[in-house]
Amino acid sequence: MTAAPRLTLGPVLFHWPAERLVDFYSRIADEAPVDIVYLGEIVCSKRAPFVEPVLPDIIERLQRGGKTVVLSSRALVMTDRESRMVADQIAAARAMALQIEVNDIGALRELAPDPHVVGPFINVYNESTLAWLARQNATRICLPPELPGDAITLLAAASPVPLEIFSFGRLPLAISARCFHARAHGLHKDSCRYTCGNDPDGRTVHTLDGEAFLAINGTQTMSQTCLDLSGVILDLFARGIGHFRLSPQNMDMVAVAGLYRQLIYGQIGPEEVQDGLSRLANGLTFSNGFIHGREGRAMIAARLGDPH
Amino acid sequence: MSTAPLELVCPAGTPAALRDAIDAGADVVYVGFRDQTNARNFPGLNFSRSELRDGIAYAHERGREVFLAVNTYAAAGDPAPWHHAIDDAARLGIDAVIVADIGLLDYASKRHPGLRLHLSVQAAASHADAIRFYHEAFGVRRVVLPRVLTVAEIAKLTPRIPVETEVFAFGGMCPMAEGRCSLSSYVTGQSPNRQGVCSPASHVRYEQRDGGMVSRLGGSTINIFGAEEKAGYPTLCKGRFKVGDFAGYLFEEPTSLSTGEILQDLAAAGVKALKIEGRQRGRAYVSEAVRHFRRLVDGLADGRPTPDAVTALRRLAEGQQDTSGAYRKAWR
Repeated sequence: MTAAPRLTLGPVLFHWPAERLVDFYSRIADEAPVDIVYLGEIVCSKRAPFVEPVLPDIIERLQRGGKTVVLSSRALVMTDRESRMVADQIAAARAMALQIEVNDIGALRELAPDPHVVGPFINVYNESTLAWLARQNATRICLPPELPGDAITLLAAASPVPLEIFSFGRLPLAISARCFHARAHGLHKDSCRYTCGNDPDGRTVHTLDGEAFLAINGTQTMSQTCLDLSGVILDLFARGIGHFRLSPQNMDMVAVAGLYRQLIYGQIGPEEVQDGLSRLANGLTFSNGFIHGREGRAMIAARLGDPH
Repeated sequence: MSTAPLELVCPAGTPAALRDAIDAGADVVYVGFRDQTNARNFPGLNFSRSELRDGIAYAHERGREVFLAVNTYAAAGDPAPWHHAIDDAARLGIDAVIVADIGLLDYASKRHPGLRLHLSVQAAASHADAIRFYHEAFGVRRVVLPRVLTVAEIAKLTPRIPVETEVFAFGGMCPMAEGRCSLSSYVTGQSPNRQGVCSPASHVRYEQRDGGMVSRLGGSTINIFGAEEKAGYPTLCKGRFKVGDFAGYLFEEPTSLSTGEILQDLAAAGVKALKIEGRQRGRAYVSEAVRHFRRLVDGLADGRPTPDAVTALRRLAEGQQDTSGAYRKAWR
């Protein structure tokens, strides 16, 4: 297994303007203590044309900063155009000697046996799925966020490849053909006016009683709460998980990564991480229920239970 | 114009519903075992091994078929219930098993090479590369298409894949890509992929307020109904929510999918089979839906329109409202 826990930075799930992405990744390249950075527009193919022109520079910048870059593939592919975009992305990755993170199984057909990463949108719930994917030459597998700690423990013990856990950020909970940002603005997806771009952290969905409940991000539905696994990361590392994914939010991600870095090197404890995150979080509240086998939105102050 | 008849694949949650569906004209009945191995793991529902054996006999005597849904994801550390479901179905002479999990597809294709495998909608294989992948890797012979594609997209897809397609024709519909939704587990801890349930009744509460009714899931308000409204079940994605100035059915209205009016388009798009959702529904609902669809499908095959069957299906639809859902692009 890995000598020390590694932090990764997931793809930006929100529709940030290209110039903001350039600035964001410049800082990540120079300052963020993450080893691996995933890039790509995985939520909506309509956003991709804004991102693609700046990607080569961002990749170059991150590599100069010593980061390993992985290109993340779209999570839901429906049209021929979207299939071609995935094929083009795979060709680009090959040309740049980068790995692809597979988020829709169709990409695997194009890709295997090239080494690749299996992303959190592929349903890996058990040892035999894990083993099968590893045989297709997956070099790392990021498990689905809804998996509880006992299942993760069993998978880590059985896995022939390193595993990664979604550890920080709003949880991607569902993806649809329908755009909920457009719908909330009385628009259709085809004429969406990119209203998702006004919400760099996603848009909170309230119940009719006023409870902050979920968040929408275009075609994606996310958690209202922000996942924070700081309380269990060292425990997960002891059980064989080597990679921990931080998903970009509209906050100082260099500082977020710094807190987790200090945690995994034993310089601060989970309480200090949580205090620090609360100061950075723009009012977001935190959760970790899935890892404790509970409803995802719960925040449980406990160590991981033993596997049963 | 006459076309090859569409195969009618109908739900049954109980042995009686299976017999009713066959008698009403189902070509195929699909069922699940009474445990977490299928996505309708509800109390009082589903089949024991001996009930499945009898159901298969009833269908086969009449020239019909039975499929078994093993369409949840096997649990880490305990694949036995899923493996037993597949082994027992094969032993009992099932006509196909409907599977989503890669590990289970691998198991079934190696252990039972003669067993017909269908790819469950829970695998959300929504384009040609994904479907070809499952065919080449595991010999899958039919795909149940996720409810995200338009008829035009289906028409482009079918000639490019080496497997049959089955589409949802009637009943409940998810606005999310199936098998990739953790909304229920985020709010209740119970998930379609793991436990085979969505928005489970154990977490539902109704509360009278100001002459109306509040429905809750896991303590959160999913809908508030006025006195004049019929209070519906609080399925999470069918609730009313607020986003800025918007207040209403953000994800999907509590409508029922109905394709009575577009069957001809689906047939022309190369679809092989129609699936009626609703293993959790009562016998009367299932047999009525099957009877009307039988007339629609036969009418289509004979070039004989049956508009009264479309009207009858609309009456059956949830809340008297129906929708062709994602099959029309404007839905998006």
